Parts: sequence; C-alpha cells; structure tokens
Amino acid sequence: MRKNPRHLFWLIIGLTILAVFINLPKISNLHFANKTFNFDPNSIFSALKINKTLNFREGLDLKGGTSLVLQANMKNIPSAQRSAALDSAKTIIENRVNLFGVSEPLVQTSVANNNDYRIVVEIPGLTDVNQIRNLIGTTAQLTFWEEIASSSAKVASPDTINIGGTNFKKTNLAGSDIQQTSVSFSQNNGKPEVSLVFTTAGAKKFADITQRLVGKRLAIALDNQVIEAPTVNQAILGGNAVIEGGFTTATATQLSTELNAGALPVPLSILSSSIIEPTLGSASLVKSLLAGALGFIIIVIFMTVLYGRLGIIASVALTLYTLFVLGLFKLSSITPYGITLTLSGIAGFILSIGMAVDANILIFERMKEELRQGKPKVTAIELGFSRAWTSIRDSNISTLITSSVLYMFGTGMVKGFALVLAVGVLISMFSAIVVTRTFLRLVYK
Amino acid sequence: MNIIGKKYWYFLFSLIIIVPGIFSLLFYGLNLSVEFTGGSNLTFAFPSKASNKEAKQISAIFTQNKIKIQNLSASGNQIFVKSQPVDEKQDILITQEIKNTLGNFQQQSYETIGPTIGGETLRNAIYALIIASILIVLYITWSFRSVPKPTSSFRFGVCAIIALIHDVLVLLGLFSIFGHFLGVEIDSLFVTAALTVIGFSVHDTIVVFDRIRENLKRVGGENFSEVVNNSILQTLDRSLNTSLTVVLVLIAMLLFGGDSIKWFVVALLIGIISGTYSSIFNASPLLVVWQEIISKRKK
Repeated sequence: MRKNPRHLFWLIIGLTILAVFINLPKISNLHFANKTFNFDPNSIFSALKINKTLNFREGLDLKGGTSLVLQANMKNIPSAQRSAALDSAKTIIENRVNLFGVSEPLVQTSVANNNDYRIVVEIPGLTDVNQIRNLIGTTAQLTFWEEIASSSAKVASPDTINIGGTNFKKTNLAGSDIQQTSVSFSQNNGKPEVSLVFTTAGAKKFADITQRLVGKRLAIALDNQVIEAPTVNQAILGGNAVIEGGFTTATATQLSTELNAGALPVPLSILSSSIIEPTLGSASLVKSLLAGALGFIIIVIFMTVLYGRLGIIASVALTLYTLFVLGLFKLSSITPYGITLTLSGIAGFILSIGMAVDANILIFERMKEELRQGKPKVTAIELGFSRAWTSIRDSNISTLITSSVLYMFGTGMVKGFALVLAVGVLISMFSAIVVTRTFLRLVYK
Repeated sequence: MNIIGKKYWYFLFSLIIIVPGIFSLLFYGLNLSVEFTGGSNLTFAFPSKASNKEAKQISAIFTQNKIKIQNLSASGNQIFVKSQPVDEKQDILITQEIKNTLGNFQQQSYETIGPTIGGETLRNAIYALIIASILIVLYITWSFRSVPKPTSSFRFGVCAIIALIHDVLVLLGLFSIFGHFLGVEIDSLFVTAALTVIGFSVHDTIVVFDRIRENLKRVGGENFSEVVNNSILQTLDRSLNTSLTVVLVLIAMLLFGGDSIKWFVVALLIGIISGTYSSIFNASPLLVVWQEIISKRKK
C-alpha cells in the first residue's frame, strides 16, 4: 500500500514549478547582478506557434463594464423559427459588440420559461449609456426590389415603390441574407463600391430573382431609400453582387460596416442592465486581495501555534494549494471553459482555503488521539490519514453537491462562486491529503 | 462532559435565537433587493460632499418623471437611489436634468432589473435550496448505510437536514431583523452566503456523524446516547479549531474587505457559528431523542 514517497515528492515539486511558472506575471527589464532579465510565461506559446495568452479573466464587477439582458419580441415570428431568429440576433449583437473593440465580450442566448427568448451581453470596459443604446437600435436595413409589369396606376402599399414611373415589388431577399460585405473598387471606372457575398440561402434567392429579371431592373434600397436600380443583364448565380451607388471611399466603408453589423431579425428590448464603474471594481479587488492575504497569514500563524511542526507542513501544503488553484484559473483562460474571477468568486476561494485547512485539522487531531493511545509516531500518522479520510470524503462530497446545484440554478455571481468553490474543494483534497502525507512521510521516515 | 444529558437546554437556546427571527420574518418579512423585486439602483457622485440639497433635488426630479423612489441615502460625495425600474431613456432624461440643476456630477453605477428577472432569481434560489437538501439527505443515507442497528442511516440524513434548517432559520431570521432595523438587503450575495452555510453546516455535521458511525461499529449500539456523547467530545477539538480558523479569516475579510462584501461576510460568520453549534448541540442529540422515542414505543 505504501508507495515510494520520493516519486510523489518529485511530482509535487514538478507541479509546483509549473504552477509558479504559470502564475508569474510578465516581467520585463529586471536588473539583477548587472544583467537584464526578461520573462513572459506566454513566450512558451509563441515558441510553439500557438496563438493564445494566459491571463486572469476578471469579471465585470472587478474590471468595470456593462451587463445587459435583452429580450426578443417574438410576437410576429412563427414558433418553429424562434430559436433560429434568436441565434441570428445573437450573431448580429456579437458583431456589433465587436465593433466596440473591447476584449473578451460575452454574448449568450437563453430561453427562460420556454417562451421567453433572451440575449445576455457582458461588455468589459464599456460604460457609456449611449453606445449601449446603439447596440439594440436598428442599423442599416438593406432591401431588394424587383420591377413588376409596368402599369400606369400607382400602387400604394408598403411592399411596392414607384421609381420614375416604374413599380417595384419588395423581394424576400434582405440584409439578413448577406454573409459578408467589403469595399472594393470598380474595374470599369475605379470608383469605390460595396461588394456583397450572400449566404447559401441568400445566393439561391438572388439567383432566382435575377433569373426572372433578365432585361428588367432590380432596385437596391437602404432603409427604404433607393441607392441604385440597375438593369439585370444576365442571371447571377455565384452569390456575389456589387452596389455601385456613387460612393466615396468613406461612405462605402461606412455602409459596408453597417451591413456587416447587420439588421436585427427580431426587435429587442432591454430587460435589465447594469453599469459598473472600473474604479469601483478595482477598489473592491484590492480590498478582497488584501483580506485574502491577511486571512492566509492568520491561518499560517494559527496552524503553527496549534500543531507546531505539523502546522508548518500544513502551511506549506496550503501555499501549494493556493498556487495550484491560481495556476488553474490562469490556465483555464486558454480553454473554452475559462473561469472568470468575480468578487464572489474570490470570496469562494478564500472560503475554500478554510475548507482545505479543515482537512488537515481533522487529520492532525486524529493523529494526536492515536498518539495519546500510545501508538508509535509513524503508525499514528498513517492512521490519522486513513481514519480521517471517511469524514473528509463525505463532507467534501456534500460541499460538491451543494456547489453543483448552485452552478446549475445560479445566475452570474452565484455561478462564479459555485465554480470556484468546487475547483477549490477538489484541489484541496489533493493538497491536504497527498501533499501533506508525502511531506510527513519524508520527514518522519 | 455530558452534552447529551443537557440536550433540552441546548435546544432551548436555539429556540431563543430562532423564535424572534421567525416572528420578524412573519411580521416584517425580508428586505429584498432590486435583484429579486425588480427596480433600479443608481449611484450619483458629486465633486464635493453631497448634502440635503442634492438629495432633495434628485428626489424632486424622480417625482417629476413619475418614478417612485424606494430609498435614497447619501454617504460622502455619493447619493444612492433605489427606485422602480428606470429604463435607458428615462436615465438619460434624469441625468440631464440633474446636470442642469446641480451642475457637474458622475453617474457611477446604473443598474436596472426588470420584475420578471427578479422573480426568477428568487425562484431559482429556493429551488437550489430544496434540491441541494434532498440530494444531501440521499447521499448521507447512502454513505451511512452500514451503521449498525438500532439506528438507521436515514435518521442521520434527516437530522443533518434539521441542523441545516436550523442554520438557515437563524440566518434568515437575523437578516429579517437586520433588514427591518438596519436596512440590510437580501441580494444574490446573501443567497450565495446562505448556500455556503448549507454546505458548511452539513460538512460539520458529517464529521461528528462519521465518528458516531465509527464508534458504533466498534462498540455496538447498546448504549446509544453514551456513544453519541463520546463521539461529540472526541471531535470537539477539531470542530472548534476548524470553525475558529474560518471565523478568523472571515473577521479579516470583515475588517479589510470593503463595504461591498460586508454583509456577505456577516452572513457567513453567523452561518458558520450557527453551523458549528448545531452540529455539536442539535444534530447528534436529535439522533438520541429519535432513538429514545422509538425504544419507548417498543416498550
């Protein structure tokens, strides 16, 4: 049963070095012994040609920013198409958020109570109310109109317009059928133009329309203002089109950007929103970190006073525990499951330190008891671990049950807390049992 | 030391704390934050100290715009307003009017939660509480399945949950009193604290139960109350040391952690202390009471 503690010891040392390496901040131009040192944990990624960076992801409450819950008004959308409409609205909001140029924005959809369609948006660093209003406003809506048999009677209906005596009917092709736009320059006269690439569905619609319009005119309108109405010379099947409307480079770029941002397929309204000033957030961060550091020192002193040499070993294990958890947080930032640090998450982390210490207290108290019954030291150590194990296991599993229920039902802050607590409990089982036992076996061999 | 012998005194002490809290819950209820009820939280920061004049003006502007203010307080150069939901357009209107009448200021935070979201948050919190409790009873019943007769593992699960309900009632009752007299709000941080307390409460109880299980296997269940009493005493050092560590860390957080988490930490402190008390003086003595009732019936 007794494995060689040496192997475990080297494993722990290896993990520790790795964790220290990950946790180290970027250091540049450090002067030491007449030499200059540069260090960046991300250098390993660039050496491996992986385009990732390690960093602590800070939540909005620490970094400042805006969080919004938008509700989609699905009244006019058939129920079968609602989730598709929500997804495309999400993509468009994502595009618009990306135009703000902030790092790591979050856009998610959620369906509550089966018929409440929502988009949750978190934008770090953005605290301007006006910009947020633009986020859900309507941007450029591009529409395509086909020429219909000319009649002298003017038809007044929202689906038809009259340009210079010719009637045009609205087609089913719209801005949402555009996949991508860009600015290009005409091969004929060198003037700027906007090129469109349609989606697969859009390309098919466009091909159908141009096929039946050969020799007739197709009008393109932006927000119901006709930009141009060229005659279709031949059916266009490739899914590409060009708008020429007499642009300057600036207006062409603007139109292209607006079209890229896209028009919303459903009207959205703001269900809830909150703006957190970055100063408020960073003040909280500094305070919580200070409290955490202080709490840590208190635990180290307390454990050393209570358990002497054992307490020092437990403190070392606790230091490693902190390094492992922080390292894992930082590592998670390069995976799709990044853990975001929030104020409540930090509280959860500080609390998990308390739970990590509890495991050691349980073990040490058990050792004391076994020693009092006259067992030799080495036996007492082993018995302390094996007899305390059932209570450590059961109590930690019940904490894991609570945190996973919290994670499933919680929103935002509660979720962050639950995740950190669960990660903390799992790692604390490793540090309090494996790490402490390995050190003790080496010391009392 | 005979803890089991004085068990009814300890139950009485718990009741002295819980009963006023229950009355407060019935009469005053809980002071729920806008996160649960729906509404707005706005913070305005002025260049110099905010006085009554600023507070009155802001309140007048809100009334003009037909937005009911629930609470308005000033601290330093900041004024905090809690009101019915203010939408983005109203917010722009209000900030413009404040700028016109009071000069330069900064809107430091703007938070609006629609009533639907608020209700959901509360419902989810209650669901989480119930589901976590059920799962924990099931887990304990399963994990303690090997306890020898005359007791049963199901009783361990139920007693752990009674201790848990004890801690939740202490916490909710005290915060209902705090809410009425000190204006402390129940927000989602409080829910987080309450759920942590549940985790800790069961954690503490299980440590004592684990020892009872071990001792029962060794000496059998002939003298059940003595086994329970010994188990409590054997785990007493650990219970107190662990709680003391956590309490010390929480006191550090309370003193240096800043205002935004102050009541969160207070909630955790109350919960941890109550959890330690209930694991020693309620959960295990209840096992004995249950055992006594059953053996009396058999006679």
